[in-house]
Amino acid sequence: MSEAHISLTERQSLPISKAINAGLRAAMAADERVVLMGEDIGPLGGVFRVTDGLQRDFGSARVIDTPLAEAGIVGSAIGLAMAGYRPVVEIQFDGFVFPAFNQIVTQLAKLTSRTDGKQSMPVVIRLPYGGHIGAVEHHQESPEAYFAHTAGLRVVAPSNAHDAYWMIQQAIKSDDPVIFMEPKAKYWQKGEVDPHALAAPLHRTAVVRAGSDCTVVGFGAMVTTLLQAADLAASEGTTLEVLDLRSISPIDYDPILTSVQKTGRLVVAQEAQGNASVGSEIAATVAERAFYALQAPPLRVSGFDVPFPPAKLEGVYLPDADRVLEAVDRALDY
Amino acid sequence: MVRQIRENDVNIRMRTYPLVTLGWVSATTTFGVDMTDPEPIRFLDDEGRYAPSETAAAFEGELEGLDLDDLMQWYRDMAAVRAFDTECTHLQRQGQLALWAPSVGQEGGQVGIAHAAQAEDHLFPTYREHTVAYVRGVDLVGIAGQFRGVTHGGWDVTDPSNGNCHLYTLVLGSQAQHAAGFAMGQVLDAKRKAGSDSLAPGEAGVPTEGATIVFYGDGTTSEGDVSESMVFASSFQSPLLHVMQNNSWAISVPVARQSRTPIYRRALGFGLRAVQIDGNDPLAGYAVAKRFLAEARAGNGPGYIEALTYRMGAHTTSDDPTRYRESDELESWRRRDPIVRFEGYLRERGVGDDFFEEAAQQADEIAKTAREGILTMPEPGRDAMFEHVYSEPHPLMDAQREWLEDYEAAMNEGGQA
Repeated sequence: MSEAHISLTERQSLPISKAINAGLRAAMAADERVVLMGEDIGPLGGVFRVTDGLQRDFGSARVIDTPLAEAGIVGSAIGLAMAGYRPVVEIQFDGFVFPAFNQIVTQLAKLTSRTDGKQSMPVVIRLPYGGHIGAVEHHQESPEAYFAHTAGLRVVAPSNAHDAYWMIQQAIKSDDPVIFMEPKAKYWQKGEVDPHALAAPLHRTAVVRAGSDCTVVGFGAMVTTLLQAADLAASEGTTLEVLDLRSISPIDYDPILTSVQKTGRLVVAQEAQGNASVGSEIAATVAERAFYALQAPPLRVSGFDVPFPPAKLEGVYLPDADRVLEAVDRALDY
Repeated sequence: MVRQIRENDVNIRMRTYPLVTLGWVSATTTFGVDMTDPEPIRFLDDEGRYAPSETAAAFEGELEGLDLDDLMQWYRDMAAVRAFDTECTHLQRQGQLALWAPSVGQEGGQVGIAHAAQAEDHLFPTYREHTVAYVRGVDLVGIAGQFRGVTHGGWDVTDPSNGNCHLYTLVLGSQAQHAAGFAMGQVLDAKRKAGSDSLAPGEAGVPTEGATIVFYGDGTTSEGDVSESMVFASSFQSPLLHVMQNNSWAISVPVARQSRTPIYRRALGFGLRAVQIDGNDPLAGYAVAKRFLAEARAGNGPGYIEALTYRMGAHTTSDDPTRYRESDELESWRRRDPIVRFEGYLRERGVGDDFFEEAAQQADEIAKTAREGILTMPEPGRDAMFEHVYSEPHPLMDAQREWLEDYEAAMNEGGQA
């Protein structure tokens, strides 16, 4: 029996995929209304093995391999929520969420409001997102802006194993629909998970490294890139304050504003296209709310406004530490 | 091969829904395969005389528990909804409703099927199921609420007095998936109760306490959501009944644009038990729905009813049916008006003028009360916009509600100055 097959009882170093697995296990053990559904999540354990062993331990009536139909999976999850269940849906890859887009945007997001709050929608949609895995088309995207733009949804993304373990449980406990974006490039990145130390509230921005020259903000896999950039900057005598957004909708602005008050500069980094993006929203809000603290315009570091390119070009498309530092330099030189 | 396709073309032309009759062609072959469509199930002829089709014989036993009082209630239900429906069209013309979707002509199948459901069953309507909603206990004023512009819902779906009737759905077909999920929940409930944790592919169905019905029309059958709903219901052997009211028109587009084969056949392909019924015959709707719901609850899998009917009015009050359909078509269906037809049947059973006069009067009163209720519906306060977007507290909602309050307060001060 591997470590993922037992409940987490003490501090342990786990890769993010296994931390989510342990979080799902804890949520399922705590509440029998929690059911998992998705494509290949049963005997296979999902294409990324995040649900490994869960069907064996909880049965095929709680870890349900569904027909291959994303709209059907999310639409059925809505019906299950109406019937009193708390479905956790796995969408296999970011780009496959769009067949379910109607169900998410016109139904899942609106039913609480349409029923005057009588019918809550405790549905979690797990969405492995992002590049850096050298995959084929539709397998490397960052679609968070579509969901952040939609009233009625919450959108979160853990960047490390401890948060992954706790945030999936917090998302499942939420009575609102949560799009749970999993940084698939970091599924194998290990980190300490403490099952006795509850993580911060689900919608809290975290300061993961203190610094005084420039605030850099990102979420999910990008946080690792920002920490790399901070290391490089430190070797050149510049200190970056690194913020892990954790929650993409709603955004917890207070830590961002506090940091910008101190540094006077903001760089927001994201894998998604920059046009009409989450980074644009943060830049605009900081400009509105911390204008006099700013010594340079808030800058965005994004993917290009093109379809995610073939894998051989992903290194060109995806922002890395150098692209972040180029923006930091522009902010410092302004 | 060429010859077969030609034959098929001929057959398709033959079976193209003759909208003036009941869309039924006795026997044809498709690509050399015998695909005889049984005669649509009906108990009443066009005049309302009890004259069951051969296909109805297998369902006749389902009518046994019904007494004349039940049937008279069905008539009252249809008459009340017809009067309300007509009133709502007037209210739209008078500027009191932004829009109205009339169900005139479709009350027959709806009343039978709604009465076939048990109290614990759940129903997922589209936006033309006024009779279904009324029979399940939904207040008529609530039905008009969204057309009045005061809500996107209209009734409390969790209040048992609303008969587990879920809200109207406007993005057509979406509700078929919710119904499939709800029926899956009924399967999971049964599994939990029985102490079983298995829902393996290919596993036999299990008896459930309740069943689920989803309603939609012929146009919606082209939406992928409807097909996916059938895939899920069949895969999990969920207690789901699809009720497709083929009213011949999707706004202005005839059913022949949606399908070149009778649509119930698609359901057979998904593994659902499926039949065509005369959708203007309440007895046919009741008997078949009762049987299919019982099969579904027994764990014998989902069902599908294609109810052949006709939308006698417009799609909505924004529509002008004279632009796309012939008046003789409407006239031919008017002769088979489900209410007139059912009156014929009740008279055959000995019901006299007194009852029909009283039912008409009662219907008028119900419509009048609904009209008053609609005109006095409270308008939503500004806070309502922010109130239930999320179930849990949300900073944007708080901030924007507060901003709006301050803004309006400032504007009001400005106005007074």
